[in-house]
Amino acid sequence: MELTTILFYLFSLITISSAAIMVFSKNIVHSAFALMFTLVGVAALYVLLYADFLAATQLLVYVGGILILFLFGLMLTSQGRDMDFKSITVNLLPASLLSSAAAILLIYAFGTAEWTIISPIEHSDTVHGLGMMLMSDYVLPFIIAGVLLLIAIIGAIVMATRLSSRLKKESN
Amino acid sequence: MDIMMIQMITEPGLTHFLVVSAILFGLGLMAILTKRNVIMVLMGVELILNSANINLVAFSRFTELSLDGHMISLFVIIMAAAEAAVALAIVLNIYNRFNSINLDDISLMKG
Repeated sequence: MELTTILFYLFSLITISSAAIMVFSKNIVHSAFALMFTLVGVAALYVLLYADFLAATQLLVYVGGILILFLFGLMLTSQGRDMDFKSITVNLLPASLLSSAAAILLIYAFGTAEWTIISPIEHSDTVHGLGMMLMSDYVLPFIIAGVLLLIAIIGAIVMATRLSSRLKKESN
Repeated sequence: MDIMMIQMITEPGLTHFLVVSAILFGLGLMAILTKRNVIMVLMGVELILNSANINLVAFSRFTELSLDGHMISLFVIIMAAAEAAVALAIVLNIYNRFNSINLDDISLMKG
């Protein structure tokens, strides 16, 4: 067996099993940490697919940003010291039936479809190509994404500051 | 024939990555449907976005969608970051108003 194959199976095992731990864990903090391992495993799968820039972005944005945001959200919304981060689970049977049906249907579709697979193009690195594309073909989506991020940040700040000013008013 | 089969199983091709992403999608759907904590539901959404991203990157490696797939998944990551920031702000507002982030308690707009 080649090293790539072993690494693929190892990382997909890590990804799937920690995603399962995330879903089935009772403790939300454990779920958040399992989500971290899932995201790192997905980044490793990106590396196996020769997407080096995307893997770095995944680590920086998801593990470094979004996950920390989730942990902050958990911390700020935990009700006092007596709440031990339990997550309530409902509809276990119909939800598991539905989601496993969706997964099996997707796997069946992926297994039976005949994609036109070309021999993979070997990129030494994707950063140069991605940069060229961002400045030529994708310049409009790039600018729109920048504006979207600006609006999202402004919106988040406005919501958070309105919250704190209302709190101040109530306490006075 | 047997050697072909073994090679198909051992060498990770397009279908292998697609199967991994399908399983991740199922787990994310499960998290969205069963959990009643808003933050857990958001984590399920992130899982589904990641599975879509794996699909895009796998297609960009193995089919003619070369670097365009990378670009699309880059924009998906940008969207996910913006969505997480706004959603967490909304969750904090909800917690402040209802003193709970259980989805079943937040049913004012149900009518």
